[in-house]
Amino acid sequence: MAATPGESKRSAFFATRSISRDVVVPEYPELGLIAFDSPNDPEPSIRVVDGRIVELDGVPEADFDLIDAFLAEHGINAAVAEEAMALDDLQFARMVCGHDVPRTEILRLVEGMTPAKIARVLGLLSPLELMQAMAKMRARRTPSIQAHVTNRIDHPLLIAADAASAVALGFRELEATVPVLRDAPLVALALLIGSQVPAPGALTQCSVEEKTELELGMRGLTTYAETVSVYGTERVFLDGDDTPWSKALLASSYASRGLKMRFTSGSGAEVLMGAAEGKSLLYLEARCVAVTRAAGSQGTQNGGIDGINVTGSVPNGMREILAENVMATLYGLESCTGNDTQMSASDIRRTAHTLPLLLAGSDFLFSGFGSIPSYDNAFGASNFNAEDIDDYLMVQRDWGFEGALRSRDDTALLPLRRRAAEACRAVLDELDLMTFDDAELERVVSAHGSLDVAEHQTDETARAGDAIIEREITAVDVVRALAIRGFDVEAERVLEMTRQRLFGDHLQTSAIFGEDMSVLSALTDPNDYAGPGTGYRPSRERLDEIARVRQERSHAELLAEQAPHQGCVILTESGPAASRPRPDEVVIGLSPAFGNDVWLTLSGLTVAEALRQLLAGIEEEGVAARVVRVTHSLDLGMIGWTAANLSGSGVALAIQGKGTALIHRADLPVLANLELLSMAPLIDGSRYRLMGRNAARHARGEKPAPVLLPESGEPMGPRYHAKVVALINRESRCLRAGEPQAVEVSWPS
Amino acid sequence: MAELRYPLGEHNRGDVRSQTGRTADELTVADIRSGVVTSADAAVDPDTLRRQAEFAEQGGNPQLADNLRRGAELALFSDDDVLRFYDALRPGRSSIAELETIAAELEAGGGERCAALVREAIAHYSRRGLIS
Repeated sequence: MAATPGESKRSAFFATRSISRDVVVPEYPELGLIAFDSPNDPEPSIRVVDGRIVELDGVPEADFDLIDAFLAEHGINAAVAEEAMALDDLQFARMVCGHDVPRTEILRLVEGMTPAKIARVLGLLSPLELMQAMAKMRARRTPSIQAHVTNRIDHPLLIAADAASAVALGFRELEATVPVLRDAPLVALALLIGSQVPAPGALTQCSVEEKTELELGMRGLTTYAETVSVYGTERVFLDGDDTPWSKALLASSYASRGLKMRFTSGSGAEVLMGAAEGKSLLYLEARCVAVTRAAGSQGTQNGGIDGINVTGSVPNGMREILAENVMATLYGLESCTGNDTQMSASDIRRTAHTLPLLLAGSDFLFSGFGSIPSYDNAFGASNFNAEDIDDYLMVQRDWGFEGALRSRDDTALLPLRRRAAEACRAVLDELDLMTFDDAELERVVSAHGSLDVAEHQTDETARAGDAIIEREITAVDVVRALAIRGFDVEAERVLEMTRQRLFGDHLQTSAIFGEDMSVLSALTDPNDYAGPGTGYRPSRERLDEIARVRQERSHAELLAEQAPHQGCVILTESGPAASRPRPDEVVIGLSPAFGNDVWLTLSGLTVAEALRQLLAGIEEEGVAARVVRVTHSLDLGMIGWTAANLSGSGVALAIQGKGTALIHRADLPVLANLELLSMAPLIDGSRYRLMGRNAARHARGEKPAPVLLPESGEPMGPRYHAKVVALINRESRCLRAGEPQAVEVSWPS
Repeated sequence: MAELRYPLGEHNRGDVRSQTGRTADELTVADIRSGVVTSADAAVDPDTLRRQAEFAEQGGNPQLADNLRRGAELALFSDDDVLRFYDALRPGRSSIAELETIAAELEAGGGERCAALVREAIAHYSRRGLIS
């Protein structure tokens, strides 16, 4: 990294950091690039005459645009409006996040508020207060999570296998989309099959153009829909090829087929489409969410979404995103809270975006989490992807929040992936859509992503997709094909998803199916958070599940590597150690468990090799060496100081079983030392030898250059501390009172 | 008829029937294999959606209830009709007269609420100069 003239090396270094690839901008209210309170945002206002709304946020009825008009007709409850709008902003902000006003009272008042009022209130909340509001106001008590399941070649077997993996990990909604629109029916069909393999009840969707998406649902190939986009300005709404009325009829169309549906919005879209009318991001989003409620959608997906990088580019962008999520809950909607687009090249920044929401909880923490590698995500990389699953599980474990995922290893996943791929292959063959050979099936089962499988012939998936449409293949045909090919469990589960359409229970707010097909919704599982001890808390069993991560090692596992090296050196105690028998000696003080109960140091050297190198280093300087065991302390400073007080030269080396070593001198305080090698994992044989040499030189009264450890930026604690604790426990077991013991060292032949 | 309680699938599994009169458990894999049961047997009955509308209303969301009631009306129209109605309401697709025809068609098929929604759209589209 070369610094240019006038630039510090630190600045040159900063330029290499991933955060330097993120570009942000100052506020430009005229372009809508402002998170809260644009000077162009209207003053909140409402005027009701004879139960009719005749003015809304400063606009008289005659000038209502389509959004104003739709909200006046369907959204705002005129009977509550005057009471609600008269509330002081700050007073209402306190009501929203406080524990003393129930959620239902907030919902009642919001029905009478205008978008400008809601935006202004939410702008008053700090990040922490927004988290409190989220915890209190979300509709469903139990948080859940959605996955993206896609791949860059629309490989149906891989979709099915990845759907199975996702459900096994805990995802309850799976969202696909396609790089090639004609592939959509095939991908939807594969997703449906794979989603029901590990457990029943996961909902599936395929995000495509509105009308096509509805058709897929009508055929039962999807069980819910999400990409029903609404916008905050009239022009962008129309550019999005809809109006509030057409969207409302679309919502009803889904309901008519017993299909779950939610709208989608998210700030930044109006800026990207060049018609934000100079309004703030949060105000426009308030109009979106208000339309969503007015049109009768049970829920919304918001919090940036495709516009996340617009919102992320302005000051307070992430606070605005969280405010959007809270806003959805204020309108009583299912909150499917974004985190579905990678918002930064920096791991720290993208995590910082998501963490507050995770801790607060929402109906769907992600919409969705990329369950597949980021290169396979046909939506573009999510904020968290398959690469991050272990990180996510560990953070979930750290905080004990409900992240709705669980660790599953290959033993659990591979049979499910195989079953899903086989079921999907059988259905595609039975329906005469596509065929796959055994070798390809094997590749799919073990694949990380689509780079591990064969690329199929161009157009093959598209032709299969066309055939599904032309031959009017439905979920019922999938059930039949599964049954004919002997996939009875999957046939029954796919059929049950079809049967559920007769009940429509999953059309209610925030509804999902549990793995036992029970309905969890705002009606069966309403959020009752009202402060400590209330609301959702992970059960004991769930916390145990959260605690089981891939990186967890029991003490027994951590210590398993010790046993094979038992007896690598033979240390025989022969009575109390002598005191200062000769002036030209260095005493080596061993910890209680060294070569006794601990046999391998953290660097992977045997204790025999570490001791041999120390002795050799001393011997090379022509100084005598004597080994003693200190039994009354495992503290390295105390071991060294005790040994130094026995040493004729006053100088001693001390070493613990884990390999940490120091040089001590009798006239120093116990916790001081001449040299310390504290990073045991980095101490190799040559450094122990140098420590021996330096100790000998100190014994002769010289001042040798200290032994340095190699430069390492790796944090040692997270990798080694569990093992350190296990080894210290062994040292502790070997503690006993009494004087230091003389030790005879012998080496097994 | 038993009292219908939410969730219907839990409390009223044997009471709720599809448009063709089948209960959920009468949709069996065996009958699908033999062709006795088809996709048409999996269509939700409008009355079920109206009951869900009542649940939504009791849950404090009258707009969701309205949507479910409009859905109940559309449940009796064919897939093609429903897709056509939606498409017609999108920007620039229809004239006032065409939307009036659709409203009438909805009304004739028992879709008063949907017809009202379309007529409301006509009024606002006209006022905003989107259609003529």
